[in-house]
Amino acid sequence: MFELLQYEFMRNAILASIFAGAGCGVIGVWIMLLGIPFIGVAMSHAAFAGAIFGLLLGMNPLTMAIIFSLAAAGLVGPMAERAEIDPNISLGIIFSILLGIAFLGMGLLKGPKTEALNFIWGNILLLSRSDLIFLIIVVGINLLFLGVMFKEIEATLFNRELARAVGIPDRPIFYVMLLLAGMTVALSLNTVGGLLIFSLIVNPPSAAYQLTYSLRTMYMLSAAFGVASCLLGLLFSYLFNVPSGAVIIIVSSIIFGLALMLSPKRRVKRTVG
Amino acid sequence: MNAVEIRNLTVSYRENVALKGISLNIEEGTFLSVIGPNGAGKTTLLTAINGLGRILSGTVKVFGMDMTPRNAVRIRKRIGYVPQNLSIDPRFPITVEEVVKLGRFGKVGLFRRLTKEDNDIVQHAMELTGVLELSDRPIGHLSGGEQQKVSLARVVAQQPELMLLDEPTSNLDPKAQEEIVGLIDKIYNENHITVVFVTHILTHIPRSCRQVVLMKHGTILWAGDIQQLDDKLLYELYDHPMGPLTIKR
Repeated sequence: MFELLQYEFMRNAILASIFAGAGCGVIGVWIMLLGIPFIGVAMSHAAFAGAIFGLLLGMNPLTMAIIFSLAAAGLVGPMAERAEIDPNISLGIIFSILLGIAFLGMGLLKGPKTEALNFIWGNILLLSRSDLIFLIIVVGINLLFLGVMFKEIEATLFNRELARAVGIPDRPIFYVMLLLAGMTVALSLNTVGGLLIFSLIVNPPSAAYQLTYSLRTMYMLSAAFGVASCLLGLLFSYLFNVPSGAVIIIVSSIIFGLALMLSPKRRVKRTVG
Repeated sequence: MNAVEIRNLTVSYRENVALKGISLNIEEGTFLSVIGPNGAGKTTLLTAINGLGRILSGTVKVFGMDMTPRNAVRIRKRIGYVPQNLSIDPRFPITVEEVVKLGRFGKVGLFRRLTKEDNDIVQHAMELTGVLELSDRPIGHLSGGEQQKVSLARVVAQQPELMLLDEPTSNLDPKAQEEIVGLIDKIYNENHITVVFVTHILTHIPRSCRQVVLMKHGTILWAGDIQQLDDKLLYELYDHPMGPLTIKR
């Protein structure tokens, strides 16, 4: 099995698994604790639609994925803040629009649609070196932002009104988190694909949330679960010759199931209040 | 000198006018209670003072500075705020000590870590409010009364010059209510900062309170010394007989 490491595409895939897993694990904590999973859904489907339109227009698909994902974050972020529309309704509308755009783009594509299909299901083995470098840079920026602004992010995640009341600029912090989440989602698109990447944002932090009352530990567990999901998914995909994206999601779901079973918080839910 | 100066303030939420052209001065070091029925605009008044509400017209000055978006962050660092009914997920990954530390974050500033002095202030705040032994507990595991004590500890750790308390005794059992009221008195007497205390329950007003504002339908019905508050005014405020005033001084 180790002979596979001599191939560049395999080394890229392993590195992508590590960085996409860790990156999605960290931004997943933000999205989950802010209580805005619908933004994660909107961004991941926007990235998917952007990549398809990138192919259609002959532009770099990941650049377009980033642009679409950031546009979705910019559109849905204020909706979540104002809460004038029920987020479930806005999600339903945006989700369907984005999928409509993505499939319209696929319909307009001429010739074989292999590359477009890769953005639906993901194909971690086709990741280019430049895509990998961008992914590493963005995950590095995520970690730097987290390290430098840990206390401000912690306050914003706990309660935005309280954070604002003690003099923390919660709104810029909220939008930087969304921006980084959008870029991470777009650059992780190749790992599991546009339809499944939302699970990689939700499952690892949800599993970590079950196991700890420490935010620092939650970040570490979430990143570790993300990395483990991607690496194990890649391994099983190789061993059993099945699509890597689907296996990554199944592994992350199994990790979540195990965390739920072992969770000390299940007892708290029944006894508190 | 006035800690707060409000002039012709109108605040509205879409079609509902929450405050209708009110004016109010709060002198530094005053303990002021704002009393009124639900929907009187009491909470809106507090959010206008700390810049969390949206002002339609009029001005709010705090510590001599206009409460504008530009000044808001600087002013808020000097205001301690306890909001009403902070809903906390019992499983949220944050401990009591981390919540109290949050009070220091604004003062410490961006990109900086808490120093030993900041941590000592946090320890003192937890000691004063009696939550030191709860410091490692997840905040969501505490009772309502304990959570309010943690909120007060957070505000004490902030070392504010103005404290805004929005119904801190609501939804608490009588023992917890008494403890919180006693704690507010203790904090005021030790620090002599300006306090604005909002409640609709007269018996919850702390002993240190000297000034009272009665609010109804987004306007100030009456403002003055608490000793001058009588049954007639209270009847006018609540449209209901309130019985003898039981605030012991």
